[in-house]
Amino acid sequence: MYRSRRVFGNRSGEIARKRLKLLLVADKTNCSPEFLEMIKDDLFLVISKYLDIDRGDMEVGLTKAFCGREQIPALYAAVPVDGSLIRGHFHAVI
Amino acid sequence: MSEVIVITSGKGGVGKTTTSANIGTGLAMLGMRTALIDTDIGLRNLDVVMGLENRIVYNLVDVVEGNCRMKQALIRDKRYPNLYLLPSAQTRDKSAVNPEQMIKLTEDLKDDFDYILLDCPAGIEQGFRNAIAGADRALVVTTPEVSAIRDADRIIGLLEARDMGQVQLIVNRVRTDMVRRGDMMSVDDVMDILAIPLLGAIPDDESIVVSTNQGEPLAGTDTPSGQAYLDICKRLLGEDIPVTVYDGGKSFISRLTGFLKRA
Repeated sequence: MYRSRRVFGNRSGEIARKRLKLLLVADKTNCSPEFLEMIKDDLFLVISKYLDIDRGDMEVGLTKAFCGREQIPALYAAVPVDGSLIRGHFHAVI
Repeated sequence: MSEVIVITSGKGGVGKTTTSANIGTGLAMLGMRTALIDTDIGLRNLDVVMGLENRIVYNLVDVVEGNCRMKQALIRDKRYPNLYLLPSAQTRDKSAVNPEQMIKLTEDLKDDFDYILLDCPAGIEQGFRNAIAGADRALVVTTPEVSAIRDADRIIGLLEARDMGQVQLIVNRVRTDMVRRGDMMSVDDVMDILAIPLLGAIPDDESIVVSTNQGEPLAGTDTPSGQAYLDICKRLLGEDIPVTVYDGGKSFISRLTGFLKRA
């Protein structure tokens, strides 16, 4: 179990932290996972016109970001490009 | 100047009552005139955690309904001359009291006490609204678990919407050994997620179970959680004490020393 967790990524504390960050923003903004899937679909359609991307590798979620000193909900999208490990990040304020 | 503090959490079972009992005891040890109020009507527990369950004559609902005077219902803790408990009613439900009555009750107590601590029931219904009605300050208790933190976040939102003066965080049942190996969120992680000031961190400590079994709060005793609770009380009184996460006695070293002692 120890090894499998090392191979497949984060320890459970880190997983909990990441899940909570998404969950709390979703709770506050009334934003369902289906809604995020819809955004993901549209993002995929737009970006795939220009770049060779895989929908399965895309991550779209809500997080908190600092806007000046204030923390605000922010849309987070990670779109691996061309199957390589390069990750493009961009933030859009909603 | 007296202060009314509500101890709340949203989720049940994270240690609100234990925290109330220990902060109340700690403040009384430090010389503050302290009243503990159990606001969980129908499910009273603070009396038994304090070890005062055999001395109840009247309760909170009796005071509110005028069946007795406040002084008759307050139980004096013989171990600490400054500490009193107002127990909850066991045979009534949350609708027996409303927020206006709670405001009046806490106002009446302000004349005789420096600190009035309200032990809030779990949930966000009327019991919660009653408990926070008269409070100047709120302490949100959580554990480093996803469900407790999610509920704490909801509670913080509700407290802020009601213009609660100061809202501070207590992270309970921290296991430093699990945090160290990455299998538990750290106090900093919890603070970062909930984004409110930290008042203290309590280790997951076996002595709490022993203390509850005996009905003797352990604030100020030579135990990890006893020290952590006393630190919290001193911070409430305005002392500048850095937050230490005391080791709850489950680390490898303490296990080893424990084993060697037994051997």
